[in-house]
Amino acid sequence: MSLALACIVLIVPLAAALLCLAVRSPRAAEAINLLASLVTAAAALPLPFLAEPARIGLAGYLVVDPLGAWVVLCAALVYLLASLYAVGYMRLLGEPRRLMRFYALFAAFAWTTLAAPLMNNAGVYWIAVELTTLVSTFLVGFEHAPESIEAAWKYIVVVSAGISLALLGTVLFYWAGTAALGPHYDMTWGTLGGVAAQMNPTLATLSFLLVLVGYGTKAGLAPMHTWLPDAHSEGPAPVSALLSGALLNTALLGIVRYKSVAEQAGAGAVPRTALITLGVLSLLIAALFIVRQQGVKRLMAYSSVEHMGVMALGFGFGGALGVAGALYHMLNHALNKSLMFFGAGAMMRAYGTKEMTGIHRVGTHFPFVGTLWLAGAIAITGAPPFGLFLSELAILRAGFTPADAWAVAIMLVLLVVIFAGFLNHFRIMYFREAAAVVPQTRAAGFWCSLAMLLAGIPLLVLGLWWPAAFTTVFHAANAALMQGMP
Amino acid sequence: MTLPQFTPLAASFFSLLAIGSLLLAFVMLGSRWLRDYMYAFGLQSWLIALLSATMGYHVHNPELYLIALFTALFRGLLLPYLILRILRRLGADRELDLIVQPATALVVGAAAVVLALVVAYRIAAALGSDSSVMILALTVMLSMKLIGFLMLSVRHEAISHILGLLILENGIFLGSQVLIPGMPLLIELVILFDLLVAVACFGVLARYLVKRTGTTSSLKLRRLVG
Repeated sequence: MSLALACIVLIVPLAAALLCLAVRSPRAAEAINLLASLVTAAAALPLPFLAEPARIGLAGYLVVDPLGAWVVLCAALVYLLASLYAVGYMRLLGEPRRLMRFYALFAAFAWTTLAAPLMNNAGVYWIAVELTTLVSTFLVGFEHAPESIEAAWKYIVVVSAGISLALLGTVLFYWAGTAALGPHYDMTWGTLGGVAAQMNPTLATLSFLLVLVGYGTKAGLAPMHTWLPDAHSEGPAPVSALLSGALLNTALLGIVRYKSVAEQAGAGAVPRTALITLGVLSLLIAALFIVRQQGVKRLMAYSSVEHMGVMALGFGFGGALGVAGALYHMLNHALNKSLMFFGAGAMMRAYGTKEMTGIHRVGTHFPFVGTLWLAGAIAITGAPPFGLFLSELAILRAGFTPADAWAVAIMLVLLVVIFAGFLNHFRIMYFREAAAVVPQTRAAGFWCSLAMLLAGIPLLVLGLWWPAAFTTVFHAANAALMQGMP
Repeated sequence: MTLPQFTPLAASFFSLLAIGSLLLAFVMLGSRWLRDYMYAFGLQSWLIALLSATMGYHVHNPELYLIALFTALFRGLLLPYLILRILRRLGADRELDLIVQPATALVVGAAAVVLALVVAYRIAAALGSDSSVMILALTVMLSMKLIGFLMLSVRHEAISHILGLLILENGIFLGSQVLIPGMPLLIELVILFDLLVAVACFGVLARYLVKRTGTTSSLKLRRLVG
């Protein structure tokens, strides 16, 4: 059952991408992509709850485990929301001829992002992550403005260089595994976890650090985050949402899996300390840049760096609570960041500027979209009653141990700084009296409002109610991590 | 670690090829003519193909012959050809306004090799091995990594960045041929193919770069800051 659903997730977006290339009408491409995202989300929704025990299929290349299925679920939801939003947003671009190519790339990007967490072979996982870069770089540069192309170029160079370190780490992990398995073996997560105890600890530590820096680049952890603000702010808004809400998690998953292997191999406290340090550093960099930010989408991009840092801390602290908090945070952040990018995209279009100084009295001009966006802004800073409050609280509690108290203390201070800095920008955009700047167009219309509403409601629900079914998935994921992979 | 025992002749031959590849990385580091980079890269790929083939003969693994063939074809011929096309189209033939003079870059590169050597010795000590082939393979792999990053940071022509990334990959590939000759064929082939797609993407993007921003130098990409 779960394997069949996983196959749907693997096939449908790819088929949609190919179909979008074949059709000649932009409306048809829109419909194909939207339909594909609906089917994908419907197939991905039950996946984590069917993933225990983990199943392996397609000649051992496909794995459905709670951890990977959860990442797929987050990605599929963002894909659906972004596809809804794209219908309204991309029409505003005024280049209907290029929409077919946009949707083909968009579906292909979603496909690579959804496929990577389902890959059972660590080498194939690397290839899938590399493919996400190659596809999404053209989406980042899609608008062809000099800024977009600059962002796309930086993105592909920085991330390719970073991810080559992950390849080196992968090769060294394979080498470490040959001690027990001989020169020939299939490098699945399960085999790696199984032989981890016989790996050389020094080699495993080195390999993990390489993988951490490599996939950390892709996950946007500071100080390897330099591509992220550019790429996230210059792509079209639906692409930013997919980059931020789906792609980053996919890369983080690799780090988490390798961390479990390295810890089994006796790497000691190094993996978790390294991950926690990068998490704290990400929060610090994000706080500094959020406070003084001017671009509205760059603000959201730095907020992504912050939240990847929070997730890294959750996985770094580990334990049932840390992993559960991090996974819950992944879902909440995916929904919330989509909402934020959708709002930012709509405002950029409406006011015709990327700078926050040009955006005034959003609440007055756009009562509905403006309210949703403001609620999202409050949610993303971790205030109750939204989902991120619960997940951040869980992560904080997981870190309240003598060994990690320093990280929790810094995290708390930085979260307060980010709360104040982030909401101050919104105060200015919403409530500052300014010369009567009237937005040029109406807000992006039905599709955009619908996508924002659909992202916002679950955020509130998840803040009031932590479903028990989720806890089961989180515990299963944690159990798998504790004893090596599925 | 399981590393096949090599006869002295094979060991010295592998060492020769590995050191040859490292020297070619230095050729790239020391030249400012973009075309030289490309020739050095092509030659390096041929050396690695030769290494794969001899390793295949040595460990009796016919898959490695296939990998050698593909390495020679893809990395040795097709990639240089693609890069040559990009070069022609971009119309840039050398690095102007060097941030770091080639002579300085060579010295820094040499320091990188020393660092790589120290790390390789440490790894070998941790593994309780003193196989010189292994140490050399690790050294060359890590130093090509470092040299690649050095090129990425001190060079700013688009082509130099592509070639810097390719050196990173060549280093890993060279190391993996010696350390893990049993790595599944499928993965290696897909990675080769992936590299080809990557270079094609880089080529397309570089054209956009010229068309939209009017430059191929990363020094002039200064719009996005903060």
